[in-house]
Amino acid sequence: MAPYESDDTTTAGEVDEPRTGRRRAARYVVPVTVMGVAAATIGLVPAIASSGDPDLPEITAAQLIEKIAKSDVEQLSGTVKITTDLGLPDLGGLESGLMSGAVERGGDDGSSADPSARLTELASGTHTLRIAADGPDRQKVSILENAAEYSLIHNGKDVWGYDSASNEVHHGTVDAGGEHREQQPPTLPKDFAEEALKSVDDTTSVTVDGTAQVAGRDAYKLVVEPRQSGSTVGAISIAVDHETGVPLKFTLTPSSGGSAVVDVGFTKVSFDRPDASTFAFTPPKGAKVTEEGEAEHGREDSGKPERAPKSEEDLAKGLDGLKTLGKGWNTIATFDSGAPGGLPSGDAGGDLGGFVDSLGDRVKGGFGTGTVFSTRLINALVTEDGTVYVGAVTKDALVKAADAGK
Amino acid sequence: MSRAEAARGASPLWTLGLFRSELLTTFRRWRTLALLGVLAAVPVLVGVAVRIETGDGSSAGGGGGPAFISQITNNGLFLVFTALAATLPFFLPMAVGVVAGDALAGEANAGTLRYLLVAPAGRTRLLVTKYATVMAFCLVATLVVAVSALVTGALLFPLGDLTTLSGTRIGFAEGLGRALLIALVVAASLTGVAALGLFVSTLTHSGIAAMATTVGLLITVQILDQIPQLHALHPYLFSHHWLSFADLMRDPVYWDDLTRNLGLQALYAAVFGSAAWARFTTKDITA
Repeated sequence: MAPYESDDTTTAGEVDEPRTGRRRAARYVVPVTVMGVAAATIGLVPAIASSGDPDLPEITAAQLIEKIAKSDVEQLSGTVKITTDLGLPDLGGLESGLMSGAVERGGDDGSSADPSARLTELASGTHTLRIAADGPDRQKVSILENAAEYSLIHNGKDVWGYDSASNEVHHGTVDAGGEHREQQPPTLPKDFAEEALKSVDDTTSVTVDGTAQVAGRDAYKLVVEPRQSGSTVGAISIAVDHETGVPLKFTLTPSSGGSAVVDVGFTKVSFDRPDASTFAFTPPKGAKVTEEGEAEHGREDSGKPERAPKSEEDLAKGLDGLKTLGKGWNTIATFDSGAPGGLPSGDAGGDLGGFVDSLGDRVKGGFGTGTVFSTRLINALVTEDGTVYVGAVTKDALVKAADAGK
Repeated sequence: MSRAEAARGASPLWTLGLFRSELLTTFRRWRTLALLGVLAAVPVLVGVAVRIETGDGSSAGGGGGPAFISQITNNGLFLVFTALAATLPFFLPMAVGVVAGDALAGEANAGTLRYLLVAPAGRTRLLVTKYATVMAFCLVATLVVAVSALVTGALLFPLGDLTTLSGTRIGFAEGLGRALLIALVVAASLTGVAALGLFVSTLTHSGIAAMATTVGLLITVQILDQIPQLHALHPYLFSHHWLSFADLMRDPVYWDDLTRNLGLQALYAAVFGSAAWARFTTKDITA
């Protein structure tokens, strides 16, 4: 367009009245105004919408916790946004490679519709979920993806996993009563809130911090904070619906500051009974159906990936001599990994040692030397003699615990 | 401008006449017909490829490829969605960019723009007519892809009830209805590019330059949309929500991104449409 730029300048000189030039400039005010109004709308509307915290009767923290416990909402549907930022090292392709190896995805007896594999995807990044529940026997969770969706449908005895991208179906059965549900990783703010409230004891401060609007509903804000220093958990904020006592939003902020480690909240919620057709599922024509039992032998080899989210627990159970140090939020788990010499370091371990070093930091203390692996929430210290200290505590607290352990 | 003001009292039928003649001029061009022919060939190509690949009973896609491709063998209607998903990122907007970029600059290049303005139509009305013609092309181009895909799908694959992304069943009639709705949403997704192309077209007297600039901008925006470091910018790029049309195949329909997409297209149309108006009504027509 540059060569034609001169059009304006030459004609401007020929203009009889200076007014015409001004009128020309004035016309460009229209697109600029449109853009300005749009920018103001984008910037201001959310601010206006979120301002004005709702007026709700005062409530104590104890009453609010009781309200959550008493809440018996069984019918609900809505959209949940879940963002997790654990600060795990980005392993990129390696991670997915390990994942696919674990469930034999793409293999003969694996299925991309396997619930355990799909739900662990939620452990990083931002996802939009759709939730529907009608009593303990009928639930549906869908992960919305780009032009695809993964749905997990529990209807009576059947548990269906349907991956629309590959048109694959995973089918399992449960005993009535929904035992299967416990094995699923948490997806609702409620699941996270219950877990957090379990750890409430005298080392915790629980306060009600005003009110907020979540998904268009008035809610109380419950703030749970560790009293001791040394924990990596800064604060947990739970928004509780004032009518039903259902936790609507759960936010865990680390003590190091920055964005939330876990942020789960409804963006839309309804407490009406979802349509029965929501839970109806018949495998579509031509879909590859994998029955749960079929892939079983693959599972035994790979350490029960069906319970992958609980694998830490399994691991902990399997290890002898697991001890916990400290209490409350500063609890540190310690066990002997049975590998004296610890992890290979850069000097001794060659290439592998260099790789391990790049993931962790070397630390020195009264206990000797060791390697600290950090995420934004969980830190782990592996000492030279193979002892492992893990906890949601700072590096310094781990070193102190290791010193005390000597 | 006095001529334009004098023409303001003209009957609306005259505007329709101008619109009709513009439509005829646009759709009679060999260039336009060739673009539509290429667009119609895409679904045939995809359909035949899937048919050949799955001829031995294996499943298509396996999670890769354009959206919905793994479903085509079970229901030919899915070819409509796959074809739209495959053409929307590039083929469709490129065709629209060519037509929009040529709309005014092409006339200026051929020396016909001043004759158009001699008629008592007024520049604003001419601009609106041009934009309406480009929009009509958006709709026709999308429908050509959709109809070609539907015919190919019906010939090569079975039709019947279909499964939504969420795993629920809907009847074939409702599926057809959703396909039509998707085609309309896809056509509406192109209005932003159309307005951008028309604005570029008012800046230059060379039709080729306007087309190249519009298509170049389209590619640039698509590349910017792929760079994760620029995620703060992404929601304002006109192509960012294009694939949200697939949300119409969820059950219940997930409207958030769809409305965001349509709102963004309206914003682009308003900003670049008014910028094109500001430029076109004030510039000197020398050719």
